[in-house]
Amino acid sequence: MGNTSSMLTQYDIEEVQEHCNHAFSQQEIVSLYKRFCQLDRSGGGFISADEFLSVPEFAVNPLSQRLLRMVDGLNFKEFVAFLSAFSSRTSLQQKIEFIFKVYDSDCNGKVTFDDVLDILRDLTGSFMTEQQREKVLTYVLEEAGYTKGSLLDTNDFTKVLGNPGLKMEVEVPVD
Amino acid sequence: MEELGSPTAEIDPDRPNIEDYLPRESIQEPNGKLHLRDLLDISPALTEAAGAIIDDSFTRCFKSNPPEPWNWNVYLFPLWCLGVVVRYGILFPVRVAILAVGWIAFFSAFLPVHFLMSGDNKFKRKIERKLVEMMCSVFVASWTGVVKYHGPRPSMRPQQVFVANHTSMIDFIILEQMTAFAVIMQKHPGWVGFIQKTILESVGCIWFNRTEAKDREIVTRKIRGHVHGADNNPLLIFPEGTCVNNHYTVMFKKGAFELGCAVCPVAIKYNKIFVDAFWNSRKQSFTMHLAQLMTSWAVVCDVWYLEPQFLRPGESPIEFAERVREIISVRAGLKMVPWDGYLKYSRPSPKHTERKQQIFAESVLRRLEEE
Repeated sequence: MGNTSSMLTQYDIEEVQEHCNHAFSQQEIVSLYKRFCQLDRSGGGFISADEFLSVPEFAVNPLSQRLLRMVDGLNFKEFVAFLSAFSSRTSLQQKIEFIFKVYDSDCNGKVTFDDVLDILRDLTGSFMTEQQREKVLTYVLEEAGYTKGSLLDTNDFTKVLGNPGLKMEVEVPVD
Repeated sequence: MEELGSPTAEIDPDRPNIEDYLPRESIQEPNGKLHLRDLLDISPALTEAAGAIIDDSFTRCFKSNPPEPWNWNVYLFPLWCLGVVVRYGILFPVRVAILAVGWIAFFSAFLPVHFLMSGDNKFKRKIERKLVEMMCSVFVASWTGVVKYHGPRPSMRPQQVFVANHTSMIDFIILEQMTAFAVIMQKHPGWVGFIQKTILESVGCIWFNRTEAKDREIVTRKIRGHVHGADNNPLLIFPEGTCVNNHYTVMFKKGAFELGCAVCPVAIKYNKIFVDAFWNSRKQSFTMHLAQLMTSWAVVCDVWYLEPQFLRPGESPIEFAERVREIISVRAGLKMVPWDGYLKYSRPSPKHTERKQQIFAESVLRRLEEE
């Protein structure tokens, strides 16, 4: 029947809560665990890319491949930590850092012109030419005081996105 | 909705607009000059993705919701144990016996009629029909089906099809015991397939194969042929194409709605008081599912035969299908979701992703022009 192991113990819940910096309440963690087990149909203790893609709402998202790279094969603790960026209890700064991580695919702390171009390509697909994308990006970068060769770090992201802030929240259904 | 990009001509004729139902955050159309922030801020798309990971309406349709256990204390537990003994030790063998007797009676009448009576005459069909109806009643009795039928019974006349929501293959049996319908079914392996081939052929059944691409056209042709034949049993179609958990309805396939004839909706709602009749084909085989039904107290359900509907002038088959789906969903108390049931077996079409990309790209380009 492919059921993962037993229920979460209180100890497990507290450990997960620690790991995600108390971004979720204990009730929410229990709900997330139920969801995790539901998605992890093979019962392997992690959700594979295929199992994520079986959620149509996720599969039609233009950034799904990008996110899959970050979320594929995570165990439950890491899964919750990943989702903690979307909690209402997380600070704006942490959300901005999460976005930075999505851009910074090689995890070197710097986001290049090409990194931003990659995401822009995911978001626009075949409806903009590569030339148009480069042109638009160069234009807005220069307007913000950067150049094509600039390397953006988290401070730059905070400067650009911090004011007037962003809304990135998802509610965990608790029954 | 209206801002869905200019090329409305390419709206997929096979599906109504999913954008009607999806969250709108990423479809907002900001205005004004383009800034770096607008390109860096991917939070709407991320939020949508995270929302889908945490909870999505598609997976909910196929979730078996186990009933709350009520045997959790000292005096309820022995009572429950007694119930188990009665159900497994007394009811189950009795039901199996009834089923066995029923099958024997059925075959001893059906086989001679089928093979000895010559040709394709009306009398032979009538007998076979009655026998199938009887066999279905035996089935229903074998899980103590308590079925309440509401509304006028289906009549046998041409130019009509019946459509119903789908929860399990027993839907078919429950409807069949009242009227011998012809039905469209997915070809199954094993003993079910055997029954499909021999017995159901006599009431007139059409087979399809989900996995075959060209299959839809062939099936559509067969359906049309059947519906126009005056002598055929009324055709029963489950337009969802897959079993859903009886709390939701997924999108209806338009095949049944473009035949140019009356569509009679039938709504089926199971009461989960004793057992959950949803057949979760990913979790159990049909045999296990039947065994589960036969070891529970009863299967309780309501069947409503609703008013026949016709295609309205100016209405497309898809709109017709959605209208009938709403009629059925409202009657049976089910929630409608915009997903195609076949997404259980395959990925969504890239067209949906492309549409989102198109909206975003056009917005960026437009704002770039605004100086």
